[in-house]
Amino acid sequence: MNATWTVVTAVGIATILIKGSGPLLLGGRTLPAEVMMLLRLLAPAVLAALVATQVLVTGNTVAVDVRVLGLAVAFVALLLRAPTLLVVVLAAVTTALARLVLP
Amino acid sequence: MADGIAVAAPARSGYREGIRLAIPFAIAVAGFGVTFGALAHTVDMDVVAVVVMSATTFGGSAQFAAVSLLAQGSTAGAAIAAAVLLNARYIPMGIASAPAIHGPWWKRLLLGQLVVDESWAIGNRGDGTFDRRKLLGAGALLYANWILWSAVGAAGAAFLSDPRALGLDAAFPALFLALLWPHLRDRRAVVAASAGATIALVTSLFMPPGIPIVLATLACLVGLRR
Repeated sequence: MNATWTVVTAVGIATILIKGSGPLLLGGRTLPAEVMMLLRLLAPAVLAALVATQVLVTGNTVAVDVRVLGLAVAFVALLLRAPTLLVVVLAAVTTALARLVLP
Repeated sequence: MADGIAVAAPARSGYREGIRLAIPFAIAVAGFGVTFGALAHTVDMDVVAVVVMSATTFGGSAQFAAVSLLAQGSTAGAAIAAAVLLNARYIPMGIASAPAIHGPWWKRLLLGQLVVDESWAIGNRGDGTFDRRKLLGAGALLYANWILWSAVGAAGAAFLSDPRALGLDAAFPALFLALLWPHLRDRRAVVAASAGATIALVTSLFMPPGIPIVLATLACLVGLRR
């Protein structure tokens, strides 16, 4: 089994258990409010970490390149309340054009 | 029209209403599905692997995270950890919507899989309770839609030459920013996001790809501060 299938299988099983855990085990009971708050904050923390590393990191260095232009366009599009799909397409097109134009 | 149906058949119209409300999301998500399928192709995932992942993980951000980390040369362990942590939000969300999902244990387990950000939001009445039919109707449409379009993307990816030339590598962060956007209305989430990004960038200087994302989860501890 290669790395890709390992990831597909492990993430799939873990997600089924994660999504099933609430309806399956807890019934009407709830976790303490502090725990719920921590679990809720996982998503913004991880998403922001993904944005930052995928725009600024190459190997073990942090550097600014054309990907930042794509993200800046995405940021402006989100401020203007553009639909998500348009945001992503604009970022991709901007980066592709910048690669063509810039050395 | 919709009101007439609601009066005539309230039981079925609840599911239909969920489906109707999910259609705009389904159209947008179709584009992500195709993008995911195409990007998965770059890490040698075939149509079968893409369909299996979409059917079991059914979470765009987790799937994109796993594939993008593999594309960056991250280890399988780090890719798994990042994806599982991204889907960990479905623990509190699943607990919140659990009262709406009743029946025998296997049915609760299966129907619980239909909870995804969009269906959870559609089913949420805003008072802490959930409309079972809207939640499940929306979830079923989004589930079938996600599998279909990610398979289309994977099948069509063979015709793409270099994803970098199309700027697809820049599509990832833009997508994650778009997914992050609705969280940023909450001040504590903004602090967690800033801390997560900072931790990830600093640790990227000396850690292998993927690990900084795992360490960034420590940022959720800002929630302990009152």
